[in-house]
This record gives sequence, C-alpha cells and structure tokens, in this order.
Amino acid sequence: MINLFINGLPVSVEEGSTLLEAARFLGFPIPTLCHKDGLSPYGACRLCVVEIGEEPKAKLVSSCTYPAEEGLKVRTASSRVVRARRMVLELLLASCPQSKIIQDLASAHGIRQQRFKQEHEDCILCGLCVRMCQEQMMAKAIGFRSRGEKRSIGTPFDIKSEECRLCGGCMYVCPACQLRCTYTEPERPICGGCANLTPPCLEKRQFDDMMCFMDPCVACEIQKEG
Amino acid sequence: MIQDIAASGKQQVSPHETVDSKGIVRILNGHRQQRGGLISVLGEIQSQYGYLPEDALRVVADETGNSLVDVYGVATFYRSFRLQPRGKHLICVCLGTACHVRGAPMVVEEFERRLAIQPGQTTPDREFTLETVNCLGACALGPIVVVDGCYFPGVRAQDVGQILEKARLERVEVPSMVAASG
Ligand code: FES
Repeated sequence: MINLFINGLPVSVEEGSTLLEAARFLGFPIPTLCHKDGLSPYGACRLCVVEIGEEPKAKLVSSCTYPAEEGLKVRTASSRVVRARRMVLELLLASCPQSKIIQDLASAHGIRQQRFKQEHEDCILCGLCVRMCQEQMMAKAIGFRSRGEKRSIGTPFDIKSEECRLCGGCMYVCPACQLRCTYTEPERPICGGCANLTPPCLEKRQFDDMMCFMDPCVACEIQKEG
Repeated sequence: MIQDIAASGKQQVSPHETVDSKGIVRILNGHRQQRGGLISVLGEIQSQYGYLPEDALRVVADETGNSLVDVYGVATFYRSFRLQPRGKHLICVCLGTACHVRGAPMVVEEFERRLAIQPGQTTPDREFTLETVNCLGACALGPIVVVDGCYFPGVRAQDVGQILEKARLERVEVPSMVAASG
C-alpha cells in the first residue's frame, strides 16, 4: 500500500493506482474527459490536472496517468489547478463548442465567456473511441492517422473497415459527437436516429463530417427499408 | 533510416500497379526478429514501389498480426512515407521564414498554377510532384526550389516556367547554380 496526502487528508491506495483513483476514493471530484473506467489511461485532455509536491517545486500533472507515490502531497483544487483547468476547458470549448459534454463542463467550472475563436472541430482527439474499439471491442477498426495538425481518427484509407462490427461503441463514448448528428444534410441537424440509441445516419460517402465510422449505418438502413 | 527513404525519393515510379505479395513477405522475413521492424519494412516497400500501395499495407498487417489501422497509422505518421505514387520529378519549394519573406509563397503559387496541383499532390501524368518544406537550411539563398536534388537559389515567380522546362527535359541532373538569381 502506498500512503499519500490529498488536500491534506491521508489515504492509502494499492500500488499502481493513479492519483485520480486515490482522489475519487476520498471523494474529491476531479473532472475528466478522456478517462473512462475500463479503458487504459491516456492523458489527452489534461482536464484532470492536479498539483503535486511543495512550493517552489510544485507542478501540475494529469492525475489520470500519474501513479500514486509514497508521501506525495496532492492538491486537487488549488488556485493554480483551477486556473489551468479553466483554461483547458476554454480551449476545448473553442475547438468543439457544439459538444454538450464540454459545454456542461465549462459552465460547471464557471466559464462565462469565450476568448478564443470557435473552430467547430468534429473531434478533440481524446482517443476514447480508439481505445474503446481496441480494448473493449477487440476490433481495432479505427485509429489515429497522420500527426500534428493533420492528426485525425478514422479507418485506414477512409473506407469501411473490415474489422468494424457496427457496434457503435465509438459513438457511445464520444464526448464531441453528441448533438452533432446531422443526418445527410447539415441543415437538418436532428434526424432522431440517435434518440432511440440506434446509431445515427451516415449515408455520406466518407467520414469527413462525422464521428461514426460505421458503414452502412444501421439507422440509415432502417430508414431506407421503411 | 528515415533520411535514407527520403533521399531515395528521386527514383522513378515503378510501373507495377499490382503488388507482389510474395515480394513483400520476403521483405518482411528480413525483419521478423527485429522489434519495431515495421518502419524498416515500410521503408523497403517504399523504395521498391516508390510509395506504399494499399495492398502492400494489407499484406504487412496480415503477416505481422498487426491491425491495418496500426500499420496505416505508422505510414501516415512519418512524412517520408507516401501513400500516393510520386511523380517522376520532385519539386520542393522552401517555405521557411527567410524564403517566405523573400517571396516563396508567390513561387509556390506559380507552381500550383502551372501544374494545376496543390502542394503534396502529383500531376495526373505523373510527371511532377509538388511539395513544400519548412527550411532547407540555406536561408541566404532563398527563395530556394529543389528539383530532383538540384538547388535553384533566388527563385522568383517568373523563373518557374524555366525550371519546369528544365525538369521536363531532364536537364537538372547537374547540381549547379543555373537559376537566374536576381
Ligand atoms: S482525464 Fe486525465 S488527461 Fe483526460
């Protein structure tokens, strides 16, 4: 067992636990976006930052990937942490303002303004869908491609993947694609396909405008038959 | 390793359109024992075909037990790997800071206009591939254009036609300071 202090409270956790787990065990809330139980920690969103160590050597780390250390002093809501978190959220909101999850998180953290240009990205590259596909569905149908500003998630060659079993797990975990189902025309923003938890529509040729990588889409097929 | 691949880019696009999977397995066998041999394998395939054909990636994925998306991810991550066949002549325009302020964007535009392609693309007749780089380290000579390994310093938009003509006539082999500089 490893003993550490979170916000001054002692806690002992099993070796290999992360700071996030330790803090949650004590009941300290830490917002997360790219973390999901059952998927490996990834550390992409940086929303779960906490401050560790003592001044002047204190530093910010992502709690979902940082392993608990003996005697470590962790602060989950110091002013530095709160400031960093709000900045992260503001940036996320700028890149993906249409995401309900990000909107909710931002408002819960008291963000009332937006100083950055809105990009309306489809994807925040949190990698949840990739890990879902790989670790829970054992499919590896989608993954990261390219790098830098061209980095994107999708199937190889942007064509239907043979590995894809249309499970819809990628959409289920996606924090960016909620409320972004646009059926086949962006002007008709709600097709209703997702309301009954059937995967939304994807008649479009390629995946450029959507986060669902299924081809053909079950919802679309139903509609066609009907 | 990566540099090797980039340097070998000059070779012509081989005409084989179909991928010989036996050949690829042979390449793979050379790297079986090697951990992380994927990059070497892709490098060899690229030097054989001039690019990474889709079918070759599929064979690599099947043979190594990786999923296709992993192989594809590696192939798209490195700039030296290309998934589209490259043209016979490679035109590389430097867009580094120094070249940029000296008017390289105009040069790129002129190439784009004359070849009717965007950077990163190849003309339909597979003659030219246009690329941009972010600094060749020869800023004093900017704007620089490199055609098939030959450096043209101080290029202005009006020199573009001449450069293309030289390339077409295969006259750029000798590294020289031919270009009209100022
Ligand atoms: S939840 Fe820790 S970085 Fe995203």
